[in-house]
Amino acid sequence: MSTLPRANQRPELSAFDDGTLAEALRKMHLIRKFEEAAEDCYMRGLIHGTMHLSIGQEASAVGSAIPLAKSDYVLSTHRGHGHCIAKGASPDRMFAEFFGKETGYCNGRGGSMHIADVEGGNLGANGIVGGGLPIAVGVGMSIKAQKLDRVCMVYFGDGANNEGAFHESLNMASIWKLPVVFVCENNNYGMSTSVARSTAVANIADRALAYSMPGDTIDGNDLPLVAATARIAVERARRGEGPSLIECKTYRIRGHSKSDRNLYRTKEEIEAWKAKCPIRRLEGELLNHDRLGSARLAEIEADAAREIAAAIEFAKSSAEPDLAGLTRYVYAE
Amino acid sequence: MPNDVAGADPAAREITYAEAIREALATAMADDPRVILMGEDVGVYGGAFGVSGDLVHRFGVERVIDTPISELGIAGAAVGAAITGMRPVLEIQFSDFITLAMEQIVNQAAKIHFMFGGKANVPMVVRLPGGSGTGAAAQHSQSLEAWFAHVPGLKVVQPSTPHDAKGLLLSAIDDPNPVLIFEHKLLYKTRGIVPTEAFRVPIGKAAVRREGGDATIVATGVMVSRALAAAERLAAEGISTEVIDLRSLRPIDLETIAASVRKTSRLMVVYEGVKTMGIGAEISAMIAESDAFDYLDAPIVRLGAADVPLPYSPKLERAAVPQEEDIFRAAASLVRTGGA
Ligand SMILES: Cc1ncc(C[n+]2csc(CCOP(=O)(O)OP(=O)(O)O)c2C)c(N)n1
Ligand SMILES: [Mg+2]
Repeated sequence: MSTLPRANQRPELSAFDDGTLAEALRKMHLIRKFEEAAEDCYMRGLIHGTMHLSIGQEASAVGSAIPLAKSDYVLSTHRGHGHCIAKGASPDRMFAEFFGKETGYCNGRGGSMHIADVEGGNLGANGIVGGGLPIAVGVGMSIKAQKLDRVCMVYFGDGANNEGAFHESLNMASIWKLPVVFVCENNNYGMSTSVARSTAVANIADRALAYSMPGDTIDGNDLPLVAATARIAVERARRGEGPSLIECKTYRIRGHSKSDRNLYRTKEEIEAWKAKCPIRRLEGELLNHDRLGSARLAEIEADAAREIAAAIEFAKSSAEPDLAGLTRYVYAE
Repeated sequence: MPNDVAGADPAAREITYAEAIREALATAMADDPRVILMGEDVGVYGGAFGVSGDLVHRFGVERVIDTPISELGIAGAAVGAAITGMRPVLEIQFSDFITLAMEQIVNQAAKIHFMFGGKANVPMVVRLPGGSGTGAAAQHSQSLEAWFAHVPGLKVVQPSTPHDAKGLLLSAIDDPNPVLIFEHKLLYKTRGIVPTEAFRVPIGKAAVRREGGDATIVATGVMVSRALAAAERLAAEGISTEVIDLRSLRPIDLETIAASVRKTSRLMVVYEGVKTMGIGAEISAMIAESDAFDYLDAPIVRLGAADVPLPYSPKLERAAVPQEEDIFRAAASLVRTGGA
């Protein structure tokens, strides 16, 4: 990643080279198309259960993962498809998991809410709000004890910041100076409850003060800004200086899950945020500054669409788990 | 004849299990200003499963309270409100999340009356949507009711019909003790006859849903309707089964089960929780320790979930818990060959 200043470009943008930004854009498209396709498969009865879509939040997932290496860890949430793709997982095995197939990342046992790509450093989505936070503390301890050159990034929502687990985890990470980056994706709602109604502070990152760590509240739909902020926190963690808290302000365009009737917010609010699409915003900035041309942008999007279509075919044609394996994986051999 | 289905009540009508719960909540809130409902998204969202519905519009945000996502905190808040004169009803969004509130339920709510020598009591109700069958996977599908039935000081009920969902909830709100109600996600949309009046179903009383002579099937929660469907098919094959809906896990109605076993001489217990160390073990042991044991002509059969977290794959999820077919086959084998 070159950090050469470029004429007329804000430092967050010039900090990242064309290849990095093209790759970030590709991943954002993959996430968006993955989720749109998942929604479509659900409507057509190909996927059961429910799903939590992160459409509109792609920049926080992808931007925060830019400074991570493959060997670094992430812990994700119920709204985790973005984190998973950002960390490098392949959509075909993700879709296979969504379809409950043996070829899925979790052999069809976990589904959307539990996708983990352990080899790729993704230690799992989580069905429990805040469930990943204390685990991140342990991962940080393990990194430190084994003197590994790694960091752990843990994602959670605004709703999760009111679980005891959040407070216990930030405190422990701080007293033990662990290499953990806490990334709060504040989409302003925990299901139907707005941050204003659920949380005593205006900015969740203000809570960092109580745990003596840096806290930053940023525009989570601004990919270069997210990436630049995450880079500072990741480098600090790598230097052994301890944890940071980053709050990415963003918005989920879709309902909380498939059963949400959006009774707690207005159409106008949703429309206003649709206009702040992080993907189109990055594309616009790249075009304006002549970083990537329109043909290249179109090609990136078309490639992502093809990859998703192929991933669905892979999932459809994969085998279901065998009934004989019902109690497999309960205990390690 | 089922012992408390409203037969002649002209004011009874068919509503869903979710509507029956809402009706009980509305009745209790209208009758008693001490009753409040609290939980995640119980307000304008209407509850994750639509149970609280429009209650916030009828009773206001002071009594239908959206909480932060803080299960331990809200369980403790219910305890505190209960010991100082309120009648809180707490909705835990999925029963699985009660694990985050274990401390307040098990160490505080269950024990305060005892530890204080009877000087305070904890009249709180916890509503818990549980069970599998919706593709919600390992952390949103569990049946944990047996855990709580192990705790002296708690009462645990599991309604299987809209009628009982209303009647047991009203009894739970009246009760001076903490009562946990395990509702079932698959039952919310099922319909049944429910009286409009504020009737009570007693806690601690099982219901005989179908009479029969060849075997007793004790079932809980969503297994009751599966057992009844299996019983219908068994009848077509000349096997007559008695189906008991346990309804209350603690206190448990051993007498109704024992009386049935004395009549049928065969016992099967069907429940959705993991088979091992569960409801079936307790009922089997209670029968083995009672005089009804002498009447048994065959070993007792337990049907429960496999020893596995609930899988996401629909095929595996279905196979993990007893289905109508499993009950049918196990009961047929129990009667024909003694369960071998
Ligand atoms: C411990 C726990 N409580 C409640 C839930 C139900 N639930 C799932 S997601 C969610 C909202 C979470 O809000 P937030 O943390 O802001 O994440 P978002 O959904 O907005 O991404 C709730 C209440 C849960 N899964 N786990
Ligand atoms: Mg949120």
